[in-house]
Amino acid sequence: MSRDRVRVVVTGLGVTTPLGGDVASSWSALLAGQSGVRPLTEDWVDTLPVKFAAKVAVEPGEVLPRPEARRLDRAEQFALIAAREAWRDAGTPKVAPDRLGVVVGSGIGGITTILAAYDTYKEKGWQRLSPFTVPMLMPNGSAGWISIELGATAGVHATVSACATGAESVGYAMEMIRTGRADVVVAGGTEAAIHPLNIASFAAMRAMSTRNDDPSHASRPWDAGRDGFVLGEGAGIIVLESEEHALARGARIYAEAAGVGYSSDAHHIAQPEPTGAGIRSAARKVLEDAGLTGRDILHVNAHATSTPAGDVVEAVAIQEIIGDHPFVTATKSSTGHLLGGAGGIESVFTIKALYDRVVPPTINIDDLDEGVEVDIVRGEPRKLPEGQIAAINNSFGFGGHNVAVAFTSA
Amino acid sequence: MALTEQEILAGLGKIINEITGIPATEVTPEKNFVDDLDIDSLSMVEIAVAAQDEFGVEIPDDQLKHLKTVKDVINFIQN
Repeated sequence: MSRDRVRVVVTGLGVTTPLGGDVASSWSALLAGQSGVRPLTEDWVDTLPVKFAAKVAVEPGEVLPRPEARRLDRAEQFALIAAREAWRDAGTPKVAPDRLGVVVGSGIGGITTILAAYDTYKEKGWQRLSPFTVPMLMPNGSAGWISIELGATAGVHATVSACATGAESVGYAMEMIRTGRADVVVAGGTEAAIHPLNIASFAAMRAMSTRNDDPSHASRPWDAGRDGFVLGEGAGIIVLESEEHALARGARIYAEAAGVGYSSDAHHIAQPEPTGAGIRSAARKVLEDAGLTGRDILHVNAHATSTPAGDVVEAVAIQEIIGDHPFVTATKSSTGHLLGGAGGIESVFTIKALYDRVVPPTINIDDLDEGVEVDIVRGEPRKLPEGQIAAINNSFGFGGHNVAVAFTSA
Repeated sequence: MALTEQEILAGLGKIINEITGIPATEVTPEKNFVDDLDIDSLSMVEIAVAAQDEFGVEIPDDQLKHLKTVKDVINFIQN
């Protein structure tokens, strides 16, 4: 696996998820097979076909000072909370501002701000809009706020690729370090989209589970009875660093960010390409970029969202390109689908699995769908072996985005 | 409108604390919003709108930029 280029390592992790307000609590809940999906209690659910979601376990208002919270969109609040944890976890690295970058995106951006601000505008007039409305609604707002807080001047970027956003951000950050633009990059994804309009719009696509009588069992990737995804919210952020920089400061290294593979379906704006060609292409590319073979990959955190169309195609593609040996899991069964935040938290979970040598289970599979022949970790977590091992996080998005990121054990 | 300077100051302190987190006790008449309190122009707009609601006095945009200190705002509201 020796390559003639800058090696990129992961030195800090941060999340806020439906399972917990930080990495430790989210990870232990995940290993315990818990679900973060709950009934929604707002009045507006009465008119919707979906009456549940996976809200964050810790409201950002409990963590952030009020003057700060009121000028941030909810997605920005999540991103800042996760970025602060990741930065502390990395040991608050000393790094020259022009060697520090930020890549944090969101699939939808500040949608709750947009809708609330439009109500304010119609009811009270333009003078009553918060002067922070624009920085709250723009999808690059999170990246901007994090850069200001950390003093990052090497470049601030916000990838937008629907549900692949978080993973694409990690890939872009790796490339910033490999190409010498930065030594340290804070990267990930965030989303705060639990709003009646979003639920109604996804429901109009018939993409969401309507298991209203049993929300905690609604997200069930690969189960024959799955009926759609469950909307979640939160953020996942990691600190990436050149190996040289990390070693020089004696940082704890969680894993190497070894490679990234991108492809696009060019097939349908929202439906998965039925043969899985794009998924296989991204898998081949990530192996090539990381200098790995399928045999090296012992764990895959799958995109699997619990929709009828996508889950099995992905499982078949994993089997074909990587093999039937990796321990495959779908943590969305516990967290719901964080859209632009998914690739962020699932990168964190993939890295934690390598570092702690344990794969969290996929919950809610009662009746494995036929055609799924990969080794899915069900019910209980499963140990990974000692020695040099590798794992892949898959993230795919509406628009035809396929992103696979490979991490190897430190 | 016979609000005293102290009453207006107390009201402004509360508004500024709510919007910026600066303790109300630090909001004293001589303080300059930018130089002393580190309040940016966007936050000044929020403060002006909240002050209009609180004191029932319209602060036009072309006047807002001349209100540099807490005392300037107090005077504007009193007049």
